[in-house]
Amino acid sequence: MAVAKAKVGSKSAPAAGRKTAAVKSAKPTAAENFSKEQELYGYREMLLIRRFEEKAGQMYGMGLIGGFCHLYIGQEAVVVGMQMAIRTGEDQTITGYRDHGHMLVAGMDANGVMAELTGRRGGYSRGKGGSMHMFSREKQFFGGHGIVGGQVSLGTGLAFANRYRKNDNVCLTYFGDGAANQGQVYESFNMAQLWKLPVVYIIENNRYAMGTSVSRSSAQTDFSRRGLSFGIPGEKVDGMDIRAVKAAGDKAVAWCRAGKGPYILEMETYRYRGHSMSDPAKYRSKDEVQKMRTEHDPIEQVRARLMEKGWATEDDLKKIDAEVREVVNNAAEFAQNDPEPDVSELWTDIVK
Amino acid sequence: MPIDILMPALSPTMEEGTLSKWLKKEGDQVKSGDVIAEIETDKATMEVEAVDEGTIAKLLVPEGTENVKVNTKIAVLAAEGEDASAVSSAPAEAPKAEAPKADAPAAAEKPAEAAPAPVAAAPIAVQVAADPDIPAGTTFVSTTVREALRDAMAEEMRRDGDVFVMGEEVAEYQGAYKVTQGLLQEFGADRVIDTPITEHGFAGLATGAALAGLKPIVEFMTFNFAMQAIDQIINSAAKTLYMSGGQLGAPMVFRGPNGAAARVAAQHSQDFSSWYSHIPGLKVVVPYTAADAKGLLKAAIRDPNPVIFLENEILYGQHFDVPQLDDFVLPIGKARIHKPGKDVTIVSFGIGMTYATKAVAELAEQGIDAELIDLRTLRPLDIDTVIESVKKTGRCVTVEEGWPQNSIGSHIASELMEKAFDYLDAPVLKVTGKDVPMPYAANLEKLALPNVGEVVAAVKAVTYR
Repeated sequence: MAVAKAKVGSKSAPAAGRKTAAVKSAKPTAAENFSKEQELYGYREMLLIRRFEEKAGQMYGMGLIGGFCHLYIGQEAVVVGMQMAIRTGEDQTITGYRDHGHMLVAGMDANGVMAELTGRRGGYSRGKGGSMHMFSREKQFFGGHGIVGGQVSLGTGLAFANRYRKNDNVCLTYFGDGAANQGQVYESFNMAQLWKLPVVYIIENNRYAMGTSVSRSSAQTDFSRRGLSFGIPGEKVDGMDIRAVKAAGDKAVAWCRAGKGPYILEMETYRYRGHSMSDPAKYRSKDEVQKMRTEHDPIEQVRARLMEKGWATEDDLKKIDAEVREVVNNAAEFAQNDPEPDVSELWTDIVK
Repeated sequence: MPIDILMPALSPTMEEGTLSKWLKKEGDQVKSGDVIAEIETDKATMEVEAVDEGTIAKLLVPEGTENVKVNTKIAVLAAEGEDASAVSSAPAEAPKAEAPKADAPAAAEKPAEAAPAPVAAAPIAVQVAADPDIPAGTTFVSTTVREALRDAMAEEMRRDGDVFVMGEEVAEYQGAYKVTQGLLQEFGADRVIDTPITEHGFAGLATGAALAGLKPIVEFMTFNFAMQAIDQIINSAAKTLYMSGGQLGAPMVFRGPNGAAARVAAQHSQDFSSWYSHIPGLKVVVPYTAADAKGLLKAAIRDPNPVIFLENEILYGQHFDVPQLDDFVLPIGKARIHKPGKDVTIVSFGIGMTYATKAVAELAEQGIDAELIDLRTLRPLDIDTVIESVKKTGRCVTVEEGWPQNSIGSHIASELMEKAFDYLDAPVLKVTGKDVPMPYAANLEKLALPNVGEVVAAVKAVTYR
């Protein structure tokens, strides 16, 4: 291999394109209007996640799901909008433990996800991973990680593999406002920009790292600026508006595909439920939650536009709701009736 | 159909709770997401939200009721279009949510992974036994451990384009300990990658690349710095295969010098052998000779699992005979009889072998014929070779530089208690580093490490000489 042409890791690589000092927070990308099909797709996918999560919460309450269970309700527009900006099955996705929505929108089967939540053999990890650990090579979904911030270096490595293989795939690496304070995030930012790796860092800022609000945990609360010292562009996005997410996602993904390196999107979003099922969420007011639900709900926004534009009637939407409920109910049914893993599974998949 | 609202479990440990307050009354409309009640759990007071939409037909458990079991029916919701007043109030009881149990009673023991290595015959005092994995008639070339490691990486990188090496100073500097010397020139900067000094970050990055199917070799300048990265090594590299039900694994090698160097004090002198060998999902290789370093590193790079490859700075410059073969690969998980004997079994690995080999020579002069086993791999551990030897000698001494508590020697002693108790004629003794952080002063450092005299003394103790 010709040494002179090598780029990755070479200290002698030209410094062209690194304008660290000049980089500012990128201007927010304006939301673009959706077509009828896009609105309907967004409505259905977001509704699927919400109904799935509500059912998961209910099943947790019934003791069918154990351990930790982190629901995504309220944040649906983030993953659905981003999915609309990537090539399904080629671009990779990786996230932390609030991961059910990411899996569903990637096209993973609701039955397999729900059966993993109940710890059954038909689950994506054959019952051995649980809520926080599911994967699908087919859908290019790489987990499902339980250590806060751990997925950020892993996702940077997935992007590294794209560079190494000289394809133009992009890795979406999701993490929260809490993880954004972990040291390895900045180690990853540094390497990603140094080697111009195709990774979109999506910071899902839902305002609370478990129970600690952003203002109590973060010296720099504008997360879109967290990459500035590395020269990584970033922008704030209304993460409750699927159109804004999609538009920003398009821009960030195009940037990465063009070989310009990483991009940061701070999604301003909100989780309606507690951090996990055992969190009473006493650290925020009811009014705050209620205000988000009534004024900014990502699904209601799409619903209102569909109705207003005459693209769907009440009955049309009820039909979608019924279809989604059927998928979720079937998943719940499957996840309760599927057997637990065979005891021999205790000893499988430890080493190849 | 009316919908039953059940007492929810709101924490992993909750079995019952107090229904402290109803926030809706009978006849109220509820939407999914509305808070309907407050429940006091073993941890906190929590709000309960409605999942379904409808009208509250009946509140079955009055507010203030204590010890309400999880899954007790606490209210009934009439769905859209149903007459709320017509819904009958079923008794509040707690049906058991039972998960179906898989049938077989208990998990079977994991079968032993490694077959016993053939024992070389004809004990000749202090003559090193031939490796049964090297064909007879092979020519040998005197090589340093450093060169053997470099050759192993170069050969595997020529063979497989998915193999690359990354770490601090591996490329332009030619390796902090010169192990990667010449690799940048041959393979270029795409495959020989200098990293910033960010062990946690690049160990995670390499693991991500491995999850995507590449085969990274991560060099830690020394394993002391890998403590920064140990979360990614254990939580991501070692566990993903299991957590994914076999879908994804990390085919990669973490390698670098391990253990005490010389006069670098406590933070730079530490043996991680027992740490990593504790972890299911990892393989752990600790070579002593240059031949083993080469054959086992090639095997580690080809292995589909994360392999911890513990080298030693002091051994890097030592010469050993390395077989001149086109593709010399040794099996991981197989110990080697370094020198056969009949009076006592000495078990060691890595740098520990330097003390052990000298002790064996000294003991031979005193008429004690020791069998010396080089473990070479710590996980999976070839305990069968040790057991077979102890069956013959009845005595065992272990030698390592690591600390005594939960050491490799402790584990071997325990295995021999379980599996070869009837063959033991003396307690198993272990020679280890002292139970102190490594001191800087030359005299103290020497005292902190094991020495040949301690090995000889331990052997004499177990042979009652």
